[in-house]
Amino acid sequence: MLEARSLCKSFGPIQAVKDLSFSLEKGTVLGFLGPNGAGKSTTMRMLTGYLTPTRGTALIQGHDVQSDALAARQCLGYLPEGAPLYAEMTVRQFLTFIARMRNIPAAEIPERLGETLERLSLTEVACQTIETLSKGFRRRVGIAQALIHDPCVLILDEPTDGLDPNQKRDVRRLIQSMLDDKLIIVSTHILEEVPALCNRVMIIANGQLQADDTPQGLLETSRYYQAVTLQVDDSQAAASALSDLPEAARIELKHHELTVFPREGAELLPLVTKLAEQYQWKVHNLRLEAGRLDDVFRRVTTGLEA
Amino acid sequence: MSAVVTIIRRELLAYFTTPIAFVFLVVFLVLAAAFTFYLGGFYERGIADLQPFFQFHPWLYLFLVPALSMRLWAEERHSGTLELLLTLPLSPWQAVLGKFVAAWLFLGLALLLTLPIWLTVNYLGDADNGRIFSSYLGSWLLAGSLLAIGSCMSALSRNQVIAFVLTLVASFALMLTGLPMILNIFRGWFSQFWIDGIARLSLISHFGGFQRGVIAWYEIVYFILMILFWLYATVVVLKTRRVG
Ligand SMILES: Nc1ncnc2c1ncn2[C@@H]1O[C@H](COP(=O)(O)OP(=O)(O)O)[C@@H](O)[C@H]1O
Ligand SMILES: [Mg+2]
Repeated sequence: MLEARSLCKSFGPIQAVKDLSFSLEKGTVLGFLGPNGAGKSTTMRMLTGYLTPTRGTALIQGHDVQSDALAARQCLGYLPEGAPLYAEMTVRQFLTFIARMRNIPAAEIPERLGETLERLSLTEVACQTIETLSKGFRRRVGIAQALIHDPCVLILDEPTDGLDPNQKRDVRRLIQSMLDDKLIIVSTHILEEVPALCNRVMIIANGQLQADDTPQGLLETSRYYQAVTLQVDDSQAAASALSDLPEAARIELKHHELTVFPREGAELLPLVTKLAEQYQWKVHNLRLEAGRLDDVFRRVTTGLEA
Repeated sequence: MSAVVTIIRRELLAYFTTPIAFVFLVVFLVLAAAFTFYLGGFYERGIADLQPFFQFHPWLYLFLVPALSMRLWAEERHSGTLELLLTLPLSPWQAVLGKFVAAWLFLGLALLLTLPIWLTVNYLGDADNGRIFSSYLGSWLLAGSLLAIGSCMSALSRNQVIAFVLTLVASFALMLTGLPMILNIFRGWFSQFWIDGIARLSLISHFGGFQRGVIAWYEIVYFILMILFWLYATVVVLKTRRVG
């Protein structure tokens, strides 16, 4: 459905994207992660045909984004970074403009417009000029213009950036509701939204693909995966007792919390609870770690452990 | 084609939903009137023609057209909407043409709003309406050429002030090449052949024929080519930016 073939992009001496290849099928929500300046926006701009790759190309529904640009763009919806909009237009005028540009037949435009406004809860502000809207509404207008023609590939560059937590959740829900038969690419550097939103994750750093997995798969590469964290009254005593466990690879004390890391494949939770009962520790908190994305992200993008 | 029409409609809407249209039209009409009646001596001459009106058009356009054209691309680039526009299914040519035509139609409207002065000369005396028509046509073509230059300059920068100044300088240069004063400077270095060539490029000298009431097809072709050249340059600039 979408295929990137060794995409490269240089700006003078800066190599923003280095030899990126991947292929994505419909039903995928790809979380495109990376620190600021990693090359996420540059990659998306090449996929949408806004930037010409220095080398390589991309295919959308079999259409080359360069040699067959108009056909490729017709199956694409795109929200550029920062959700730029024509501020002097009303929401209705703006979306009508986009609908016409997207070659939606004139007779269908009112109906399509109504549906889209409804879906994004924009009906009440339809006649307001965009510059008078709050940030959350503006972002929704940006998403509305990306999906008014019901594209099969949706590319959203940091759709939740700069929104408050409620607005972020609204945008996430919206993206989830659209999944059915689309391919959605969402770039973000907000890790918390990834497991809830995506079924595939790519992490890029310095323009190179560093990891490509499911969110669960990535969590499993975290060193916190299957670790046990507990909070007890006498951390020192507990730490020494835990370190005697042959299954424990390592013990860390941070913010009055002990974290026990397992050796390869070991199951720590039953052992730790047994010890706690045996020594009668006053346990305030005990949990099995699912893995931490920020830890994986840091390791993958900087090569350092969290 | 429908993409171009959609762009034109959006652009015209943008002029009229912002103060641009109002401010521009008022300033244009006031300045045109001031030039005609004070500097041109419209009444004092005692001739029922629009010569005093049209002779100042190049100077009026020199400042007003860059003010209109500076926003064309610089504003889109600055606000980021350029990315939105150029990732819609349309070619850069269609975008450039749509924005240009909208601005040119708008200038045409400004010219149409000066028609009362045409009614005035017809009321005052026996005016040569053929000549007036050809002057209007020439004036509009001249405005279009300056607009096309402005389109290209606006694509060069995200800063509207820079776009304004660049357009002013480029327009000034292309207008003045026809004045004897400027040609005399070149006379020392170039043969008559080149002097004629330089003079022939001048926007003002091509406007001159129209003012005398002559509509020559090659003059129209000159302006159209001038416009197409600068629009093509705009497309090239936009494509170059895309390459990074
Ligand atoms: N138009 C440009 N000119 C020069 N350098 C650029 C341009 N666009 C992006 N870059 C550089 O390319 C790198 C990647 O940028 P970008 O793709 O915006 O990163 P991200 O979206 O992941 O934060 C950065 O180092 C940035 O400075
Ligand atoms: Mg970015």
